[in-house]
Amino acid sequence: MNAFTFAPPPPSSAAEALREEVRDFLKTELSGRTPLQKAESWNGHDPEFSRKMGQRGWIGMTWPKKYGGHERSALERYVVLEEMLAAGAPVSAHWIADRQSGPLLLRVGTEEQRQSILPRIAAGECFFCIGMSEPDSGSDLASTRTRATPVQGGFLVNGTKLWTSLAHLSHYMILFCRTGDGKEDKHAGVSQFLVDLKNTSGLSIRPVNAQSGEHHFNEVVFSDAFLPETAVIGKLGDGWNQVTSELALERSGPERFLSSFAVLVELLRVLGRDPSERAAIAVGRLSSHILTLRRLSRSVAGMLQNGENPALEAAMVKDLGALLEQEIPEVARLLSPVEPSVSSDSDFAAVMAYVMLHAPSFSLRGGTREILRGIIARGLGLR
Amino acid sequence: MSDTTADLLRETATRLFQEHCEAQQLRAAEREFPAAAWAAVEEAGLHRALVPEEAGGYGVKVTDALSLLRVAGEHALPLPLAETMLASWLLAGAGLPIPDGPLTVAPVATGEALTLTRKDGVWHLQGAASRVPWGRNAVAAAVLAMHEGVPHIALIPAASWTIAEGENLAREPRDTLSFDAAPEAVAPAASGIGPAQLRAVGAAMRSLQMAGALARITAVSVQYAQDRVQFGRPIGKFQAVQQNLAVLAGQTAAASAAADMAAEAVAEGVRLLPIAAAKARTGEAAGQGAAIAHQVHGAIGFTYEHSLHFSTKRLLSWRDEFGNEAEWNLLVGRHMAKAGADRLWAEITAA
Ligand SMILES: Cc1cc2nc3c(=O)[nH]c(=O)nc-3n(C[C@H](O)[C@H](O)[C@H](O)COP(=O)(O)OP(=O)(O)OC[C@H]3O[C@@H](n4cnc5c(N)ncnc54)[C@H](O)[C@@H]3O)c2cc1C
Repeated sequence: MNAFTFAPPPPSSAAEALREEVRDFLKTELSGRTPLQKAESWNGHDPEFSRKMGQRGWIGMTWPKKYGGHERSALERYVVLEEMLAAGAPVSAHWIADRQSGPLLLRVGTEEQRQSILPRIAAGECFFCIGMSEPDSGSDLASTRTRATPVQGGFLVNGTKLWTSLAHLSHYMILFCRTGDGKEDKHAGVSQFLVDLKNTSGLSIRPVNAQSGEHHFNEVVFSDAFLPETAVIGKLGDGWNQVTSELALERSGPERFLSSFAVLVELLRVLGRDPSERAAIAVGRLSSHILTLRRLSRSVAGMLQNGENPALEAAMVKDLGALLEQEIPEVARLLSPVEPSVSSDSDFAAVMAYVMLHAPSFSLRGGTREILRGIIARGLGLR
Repeated sequence: MSDTTADLLRETATRLFQEHCEAQQLRAAEREFPAAAWAAVEEAGLHRALVPEEAGGYGVKVTDALSLLRVAGEHALPLPLAETMLASWLLAGAGLPIPDGPLTVAPVATGEALTLTRKDGVWHLQGAASRVPWGRNAVAAAVLAMHEGVPHIALIPAASWTIAEGENLAREPRDTLSFDAAPEAVAPAASGIGPAQLRAVGAAMRSLQMAGALARITAVSVQYAQDRVQFGRPIGKFQAVQQNLAVLAGQTAAASAAADMAAEAVAEGVRLLPIAAAKARTGEAAGQGAAIAHQVHGAIGFTYEHSLHFSTKRLLSWRDEFGNEAEWNLLVGRHMAKAGADRLWAEITAA
């Protein structure tokens, strides 16, 4: 099979009805947010907002009711996500838990883990971070060095996780680390653990500021940190399979092509209702790309709904999406002269600055461009 | 029509196009109209797929009918299948008879219009239409022209026009037809169908053809990368080549999704915005994709002997026909700008 098929996204009238409800909610909830705040996209952090979303039933939407979920379709969930992002809602507190940590626990977690954690995630009260990357283990995730050594009643963890987004504001980390003896194939002998960040000793979280100066990600050091046996997620030694099946969830959502949507909105505002032909063509082009990506991304939501594992298709959405997200500010700056600055009085200049300072990360986080293209090449049968 | 009947239709088309689109046939078609291939298409009834049941069609769903053009594009089918489907659809919509044989449509070039007048109850069509696809091979054309502010469809036989021959990069006929004659029949176009809709359906068709051609060049490029050995290994083992092919596959996926979007928009009454976006997006993918396919193939893919060019030359032609990326992106951009910044997202979700 050389071409990937993206079936038409299944129509969902329930999802469209929900869209209006979400828009009404956002209109009131976000009325005070400035364009610059909206530009934060899925980096905006507001636990109060997350709780309100939980109350609305918009977190853990597809999960079983007995775990606090709402048994709605992947497409209904998609509508909520894309409306949040397009409106610039501060969704980052619960984003990772809703997107991948909760689904991971649902799939392979113990009954106790599910019961104690999923309802809190769905309520918008329990936040997660991802402990995969390390100083010497980035793209080559399987080379992870952090190790959990079995001891009486559990494990002692030693090592350093790096770039851990929002570790300082999260309740739990899903830790990916080595548990085998290291002699086996590097994809074997790795496992995932549920780390209670608030109640684990031997653990320190230190800020690493981004180039924008913001404290978004962290270094998390484990020194003889004790994890009980009940912290194991899924099967010991099965971490590689588990982590790779998270990736379709991590890579295909609307956050993979809407990160710089705020720039397009502010650009349109400065261009006005009757822009030059050159500007209209350029804006039209970006819009055409968004329409196409949205269709691809919704198609993946449909595949997830059907229980498929569209990891390849997701890699493709993320690669195309990151190109677009990075191109939007590059196009915008040539259509309306602007010197980007976050402290500018001009909304356009401020939003441009925020996005420009974050744009390099669009093709790094969640799998670099080169790694994604390698995955696609494997799907083509080339590797 | 059920899904399985639609699948059958696609299978028939695939088999038939395979049979008639071998390299030597495509080569021959650059010099002479492949009449036998056309006869086979007509016999299978593919050219009537877009005609509604009440006008004598087989009741194929619009998206299924259009999906045949993706298959045609995949095989570089050197026939006016899209054009005949479009002409039949225009004629059927106007309640006019549909002649047998290859048909074409006019006008197709940006900004062109023909003059339709009526004097003492007699219709007259006047003017020139350039870049008319397969003009010299068509037995008749469905012409869309305004009369007293109302779009009309005129059925005009080939005997009534004079021709100046032209061609596209793939050497498909793109002729200038000059009219100064009475059409065979004239009637108001179906409601809601005017010059913009004709161009849009044409654009949707070219989008599907491009999606098909991109799928083809992706497949042949991947295969070539696995077969061609340099430095002691298949070139597909080199990461630089792999990354280029991944980009090609991504462009193909985008084009495919965009083309689907266009087909649905035709089915939903020719909604211009998604078609515009789709034609622009597939056109962009066509250029990028063709370039990568050639890069991967090296010099052999640059030869007339190799068949890559049958697909890439069509891609580079089709992106310009029925409006290029700039033309359609302009429509999208103006639409979004008019709606304004705060309505942008609502327009995107409603498109
Ligand atoms: C904003 C942001 C947030 C993040 N949040 C998290 C988080 O919450 N949790 C977490 O675990 N991680 C997080 N990360 C880390 C992210 O997953 C890594 O940055 C990513 O996996 C790449 O690793 P690296 O940065 O070490 O780069 P490297 O792997 O060192 O790569 C550097 C360059 O080399 C290229 N390269 C590497 N290997 C190959 C290869 N085989 N072939 C071709 N090229 C190659 C890469 O593509 C890249 O261009 C975050 C990163 C960013 C930027």
